[in-house]
Amino acid sequence: MGEMDTLKKEADGLKTQIETARKAVNDTTMAAVASGVAAAPRIQLKNRKTLKGHLAKIYGLHWSADNRHMVSASQDGKLLIWDTYTGNKVYAVPLKSSWVMSCSMAPSGNLVASGGLDNMCTIVNIKAASPKTIRELDAHEGYLSHSRFLNDSEILTASGDTTCCLWDLETGKQKVVYKSHVGDCMCLAMSPDQNTFISGACDSSAKLWDIRDGGCKQTFIGHTSDINAIAFFPSGTAIITGSDDCTLKMYDLRADQEVNGYQDAALNAGVTSVSLSSSGRLVFAGYDNFNCNIWDSLKAEKVGVLSGHDNRVSCIGVPDDGLGICTGSWDSFLKIWN
Amino acid sequence: MEDVIARMQDEKNGIPIRTVKSFLSKIPSVFSGSDIVQWMIKNLNIEDQVEALHLGTLMAAHGYFFPISDHVLTLKDDGTFYRFQTPYFWPSNCWEPENTDYAVYLCKRTMQNKARLELADYEAESLARLQRAFARKWEFIFMQAEAQAKVDKKRDKIERKILDSQERAFWDVHRPVPGCVNTTEVDIKKSSRMKNPQKTRKSVYGPQNDVRTHSPTHTPAPEAKPATEEQLQDQINYWGGQLDRHRLKMSKVAESLLAYTEQYVEYDPFITSTDPSNPWISDDTAVWELEASKEPGQQRVKRWAFGINEVLKDQVGREQFLKFLESEFSSENLRFWLAVQEVKKRPIREVPTRVQEIWQEFLASGAPSAINVDSKSYDKTTQNVKDPGRYAFEDAQDHIFKLMKSDSYSRFIRSSAYQELLQAKKKKSKNLF
Repeated sequence: MGEMDTLKKEADGLKTQIETARKAVNDTTMAAVASGVAAAPRIQLKNRKTLKGHLAKIYGLHWSADNRHMVSASQDGKLLIWDTYTGNKVYAVPLKSSWVMSCSMAPSGNLVASGGLDNMCTIVNIKAASPKTIRELDAHEGYLSHSRFLNDSEILTASGDTTCCLWDLETGKQKVVYKSHVGDCMCLAMSPDQNTFISGACDSSAKLWDIRDGGCKQTFIGHTSDINAIAFFPSGTAIITGSDDCTLKMYDLRADQEVNGYQDAALNAGVTSVSLSSSGRLVFAGYDNFNCNIWDSLKAEKVGVLSGHDNRVSCIGVPDDGLGICTGSWDSFLKIWN
Repeated sequence: MEDVIARMQDEKNGIPIRTVKSFLSKIPSVFSGSDIVQWMIKNLNIEDQVEALHLGTLMAAHGYFFPISDHVLTLKDDGTFYRFQTPYFWPSNCWEPENTDYAVYLCKRTMQNKARLELADYEAESLARLQRAFARKWEFIFMQAEAQAKVDKKRDKIERKILDSQERAFWDVHRPVPGCVNTTEVDIKKSSRMKNPQKTRKSVYGPQNDVRTHSPTHTPAPEAKPATEEQLQDQINYWGGQLDRHRLKMSKVAESLLAYTEQYVEYDPFITSTDPSNPWISDDTAVWELEASKEPGQQRVKRWAFGINEVLKDQVGREQFLKFLESEFSSENLRFWLAVQEVKKRPIREVPTRVQEIWQEFLASGAPSAINVDSKSYDKTTQNVKDPGRYAFEDAQDHIFKLMKSDSYSRFIRSSAYQELLQAKKKKSKNLF
């Protein structure tokens, strides 16, 4: 198998060269640069609202672009759409399969999507006379771990079959397939300008993709276990990832490498979810150990803790206006804090 | 955990287990909550009571010991009595008890006519639910419950007490009181990839019950395949392409991230309190009403000066920008850009017509709102329009965007119209009088 060995050597050699090139631009560290900045204030968040209604573990939540409504998915087989301010359930969408792993709402507020172990992404129009399934996107060969709408005609999905996909909702067909990961894709996030998106997978890498042409533009390594959660820094020039290896990392797109790491020797719970405040200064991360930690993104210090759930925090979200944060948990409750 | 339990149960140095006399009967084989806490502090290097309680509660939640008169599995540092769980029921045996077993158990409980063995509300509900689910098999389940009740009756009274409580505790772990943590839960996202430990598939009560699991199928994770030649070649091509990419210096990158957070910190409600107040805190929705209104507040207007994207993503910003450009008779660039953004979101069947309309309005010879694009983009666009798709105007749009950024946008920010808006709030409050 001489051919294989030569190829392997070449591939490894290239990776080493890239690491060297990356190190070459390390004229300083984030910690050094951030030392001159005033510390972020200690954050003590109070639970402002608890949304009760689900009967089983909550696996996903997504704020509407109107900063007031939200969709949540639970293993009780329902999607609930809430008016979070009043706490009222505005719509309830029964799901064909209760093994749901994710949900999302379109920016227009007209459509919601859900999917999970059924390998399908189901699109429902909630503004119709009664919530109506308009599409079942069925081409993935693995579970559906995440989805995000671009608009009412297109949606991105991430799947356990190691690919991500852009679908056209009118035809219900795949438009672009993003192949490069070698492990299950667990999460995805869109860039603020909607030209690119990032995905995190069980191969411990995060990848940046061009939405239009399907090409993988950059790959970020460094984690030692599954990446469960991923988010863009609001400037669109950096990303934050959260992993089963109990750490979060910030990678900068222009420096093409890790610029900051968020970890604590005392922490031995995996990160399940991540979200940032509007300025990007605060990183909210949900962990397996029922808590959320709040990190200063620049100084990599913990500035607060959110504890109030009786079970794992499975999802987290900050609305576009940044006025609060919502956590969803296996204890079946959604809580809003600030 | 089992090591600690073994130590706890040790006759000499473990927790003293005793039989307590209570009103009419004896309570066999118990120890109190404070006993556990004391022992832990003494023997496990634990510094304070809080930690001992936390550790103890976790062990109870997993089912190693339990309070004898409560379904909720936590540890309290007081006289509440606890008992050890028998090794048969330990979690390390990897039980995955079936609903049929649970049905047999609940059924059996109803046959025992002792007041203290009455079903709790949630148990009664579960029983009703299981009866509906297993309607056809119910006779079978009933028979099993009867058989077990008979066997139990023959046991020594004290032994029965202990066994009953241990069985109940086992079910408290696997079918917890609603609202309690279920320590046997598995994340479905990971379960389909887990290498299965040998789950005990046999029934808790013996070989009769059939093995139908109610959890999603556990397919063993495929072994990571060694990369094929083709995959390796792909990797080589990929990394080769990545090698020569331009990488910005860390110092520049760090500075820019810092600058961003500093610029936006006043717009971050977690760090700077909002004005008007945050509706989640004060119950006053004024801030949302303001966002929705056509009259932008000063802070919002200030933000438009941060960069062209800020103006373009704020609806009121776009309107003001457009208004300004119209006053200068140079609005065609912005209108083109907005039209192209809009067509990208349209359903595919509407796209061709829309593309033609945009072409006619902005780019065709003699177009009413002619825009200026470089010849290369113009040629490419002409080609694209023949077979129109969502991205037909991509090149032209890029060119126009750069023009707007360097020209129209900077004029807008310097304009008196913008400056007035910046001061507008002050003016408005004056007008109130």
